[in-house]
Formats: sequence, C-alpha cells, structure tokens
Amino acid sequence: MSPEISDKVKRQVEDILSRYPRPQAALLPVLHCLQKERGFISPAEEQWVAERLRIKQIRVREVVTFYTMFLQRPVGRYHLQVCTNLSCALEGGDDLQAYLENRLGIRTGETTADGRFTLSQVECLGACDEAPCLMVNLDYHTRLDRDKVDRLLRELD
Amino acid sequence: MTAEQVLTRDFELEGLRHIETYLSRGGYRAAVKALKEMTPQAVLEEMKKANLRGRGGAGFPAGLKWSFVPAQTDKPKYLCVNADEGEPGTFKDRFLMSHNPHLLLEGMIIASYCVGIQKAYIYIRGEYEAVAQRLEQAVAEAAAKGFLGSNVAGTGFCLDVRVHRGAGAYICGEETALLESLEGKRGHPRLKPPFPASVGLFHCPTVINNVETICNIPFIILRGAEAFTGLGRPRDGGTRIFGVSGPVERPGCYELPVGTPLREIIFHHAGGMKDGKRLKAVIPGGMSAPVLGEDEIDIPMDCESLAAAGSMLGSGAIIVIDQATPMLKVLAKVAKFYAHESCGQCTPCRIGTSWILKIVRRLASGQGRKGDVEEIRRLASGIKGLTLCPLGDAAALPILALVTKFRSELET
Repeated sequence: MSPEISDKVKRQVEDILSRYPRPQAALLPVLHCLQKERGFISPAEEQWVAERLRIKQIRVREVVTFYTMFLQRPVGRYHLQVCTNLSCALEGGDDLQAYLENRLGIRTGETTADGRFTLSQVECLGACDEAPCLMVNLDYHTRLDRDKVDRLLRELD
Repeated sequence: MTAEQVLTRDFELEGLRHIETYLSRGGYRAAVKALKEMTPQAVLEEMKKANLRGRGGAGFPAGLKWSFVPAQTDKPKYLCVNADEGEPGTFKDRFLMSHNPHLLLEGMIIASYCVGIQKAYIYIRGEYEAVAQRLEQAVAEAAAKGFLGSNVAGTGFCLDVRVHRGAGAYICGEETALLESLEGKRGHPRLKPPFPASVGLFHCPTVINNVETICNIPFIILRGAEAFTGLGRPRDGGTRIFGVSGPVERPGCYELPVGTPLREIIFHHAGGMKDGKRLKAVIPGGMSAPVLGEDEIDIPMDCESLAAAGSMLGSGAIIVIDQATPMLKVLAKVAKFYAHESCGQCTPCRIGTSWILKIVRRLASGQGRKGDVEEIRRLASGIKGLTLCPLGDAAALPILALVTKFRSELET
C-alpha cells in the first residue's frame, strides 16, 4: 500500500536529495520532512522512503526505531515532552511531570481521549538555565511552574 | 572586572544574528584576513600555537586534530561541526548559535580554508529546530554576501555549508556516531583507528569540531595566538562558556577565562545559592563529569586541574546540587540517562547501564538490599575502559564518583 505523499513533500524530498552526495545521507532530513506532514512514520512511509532513496526498508526501520524524535504511532495534536533530567529535576521537573499527568488525567506515554495531548518524558533538552522545561511539538516552554502550565494548557485548548 | 570576550562580544545586540550587524561589528574580517593574507599552513601554525582545546568534552587541541588530515588526497575532505549538544547540563552551543550564527560560519570558513575543505555540515540536534532555522538563514545571508559558495570573499575559495538535523540520540554527539548518523544510519560509534581525520564521512578525511571550538577561531586569526593564550591558562588558553544550572540565583551562560575558580563562577557570577539553600555537590563539566563535593570546589576550571581532581572540564556545564537533594536522586538521574542513551553496541555498556538502573530503582523504592551500593560500584567498574566509545566511561565514571564520595548517604 502506497501512502498518499503530497506533491509538496515530494518536491521537498527531491530538494533534500539534491544536497547530499549519497541518497542514504538524506534519510534523517527526509524522515523529518515526512513526519512533519504526516505526524508519524508508518511502515508504508518507510517503504516509500526506502524506494525513493533506493535502500532496503530495514535500513529505514533501523533509523526510525533508533532516534527518539521519530514517532511510529500517531500522537496527540500537542505532544508535551517534559524534561526530567538532572538540571530540570533540581528545579521541579519531576513534579511538573506528575502535575501534567494529573491535569490531563493520563500517564506518561499516553494520549488524552480527545486526541489533543500526548505526554512524554524526555532527556535533557539543552535549556537547563531555564529549568524546568518542556517542548510542545518543537516549541520550547521554560521556567515552568503550575500556574504557567495551567496557562499553557488553556492556550493550547 | 569583566574579562575580554572572545565569543560573546556584542551579544546584547538584537540584530547580531543578521549579517549586516555582524559585518558592522567587524564580522568576517578574520576570514578575509586568513584567505587573503595567510597561507593555509600559516593558519595551521597559528592554530597550533594557540593550542585551542576542544570545547565539546574531550579537550583535544583543534590545530593538532587538523594536522592529522592528509594534505595530499584524491578524496574530498569534509568539515562536520558538532552541534549535537546533548550532554545533560549543557546549553552553551544553543546560546552561541542563537545569538551569533555568523561567528560559527566565519570560524568554519577559516577551518575549511586551512584544511582544504569545500563541503561542511553542521550536525545540530533535532530538538534545536528553531536554532537550525536561524543557521539556515545565516547561511543564506552569508552566501548572498559572497562569504559562502563558489568564490568566498572574491578569492576563488569554495565552501558549501549544509545544516543537518539529528533526531534525538545523545550518542550522536560522539564523533564517529555523528558520522554514521550523517550518513543516514543508526548512531553506532565506529572503532578507532582509523580516525576520522583519515577515514571519516563517506570514508573521506574529515574534521569534526564542536561549535564553541570553531567560534574561537576568528579571534585567534585576528588577534593572534598569543592574545588567545594570554587569556586563560598557558596550555589551555582562551575563555570558556560556563553554563550554570541548578538552584542558583542566576543560572545561565558565563564567558570567563579558562581557569576561573569554580567557587567564583557559582557564588559570584551565578549569584550563589538561591532561597537560602546550601551547596552540597557540583558536577563540573556536564553529567559525565565525576561529581565534586562541597570541599572540592576551590579549583580552577581548566582541563588539567579537573583531571588532577579526578573529574573533567568536559563541556564546561556546571550543575549545582543543594543539600536538600538526596544523592540517590542524582544517581537515579545519571543511571537512567545512560541506560536510555547507550546505543546497545557494546555488551558492558548495554547490560551494565540497565543493570545499574535496576538496582538504583530498587534502592529508590525502599527495597534496597545490603550490598547494593557495592554492586553498583562493581558493575560500573565493569563498564569503565571496556567499551568501543567514550559513552561507557561517561556512564561509569560519574556513577563511580557518586557511590564512592556519597557512599554513607546512599547506604542509609
């Protein structure tokens, strides 16, 4: 089954491929590009990429399963990724994670029933001076406390 | 007194990230000087004299690294800038690239000219998408002004720069894993030798330097190696961006001469402990640097002093731990991180880190057994020095330091 890849993404993929001396080197940027449009990388997308890059599908699978940012399942519209590594934990990162579980009524790794929020725990995001922090999809939110989280969730509603 | 700034000059200027502002503040003068007034050999000599030690973690002198690239080869050569900043506690490269992307590009031009490179990649961690966009814009601006492309500054020198995003894997900050990742594979480190200088990206000679390392180059070329070594320590010159995090008054990035005392950084520059908290321990160079106790922080922050104290300067990331934080919590964070980030290639690291995590979790849940702390020490000793890449030591050494220095607290 071939996924419906938009012409826009097909053009972007061509552009990416033209910038690398070997097609396989374009794999990470191509997967980023596909995930941005489709939300996650399913086996159908893996196969499409493999054919386009002329590599075996297993080479794509290996990469998709190795890197934490590539998602193999759909997530909510807002993917909350909380850092609980040391610098954030010293400033309340673990409490933040617990508070979000409580507020959203889900456990880490789950998605709310309305499909709006997925909560994940991630390692250091490199914003340790503004701890605790989280990412909503790819946007950073820093120096968080309960009030700021409440506000953030309202804004995302 | 504020020390001379090598890296963060003009950072208060809002528009510094744009080439017009950068040029108006003397930007790209070092690149023009190198390309028009110096031979590649002269650039290399200056870099070797400066003895610029790598800012990514290992502290290897950049000039020496460049000199390992064969001068005569029929293969293309590559520059890979390591912007995969993932060492917990580290945020300096994001700070540098966000404020002044052109400083990085200028350093890359000089490095590439010196080594004879025409194609460069900036491998930036995937989460820094906004920073990557800023870099892309800077690349476009530099190309439009003739500082990148087929005729750099009218000299006929060619350089093409590509920004390449990773996708979430700490191991890709290890230089050979970075190369594998850039080739579109899992980030599994390679056995060395051969070193990347001879067999690197696409099996071609490759230079890999950290962002902050590269950002020092324009100063060295413009002001000379002596001005650089005059800051900091004689064999470890210049400044470092010390990133302070944890419960201090003013967490953030501080550019200070190499060798600035750790206590001064925490209590003067970062404003000391906040909310009346008391300092208990400090991780001085990112999570993989062995912890220092409160009686060990009167130490100059340079590579050799920290090595002599059994720790390392690493990425210069200072994580301050307060008295109220149980060291078991610190140990749990360290253990979990490395168990998660081990690439799985070497058995001691793959099994060792997850086994340690299992025991730490047992301790944290109150189900600890007699001898658990000793068992953690034994397992960490079984990782140390026995893996293909430095991640094994990066996991083992901080764990060994924690269970040694805080043994009595952990056993109660």
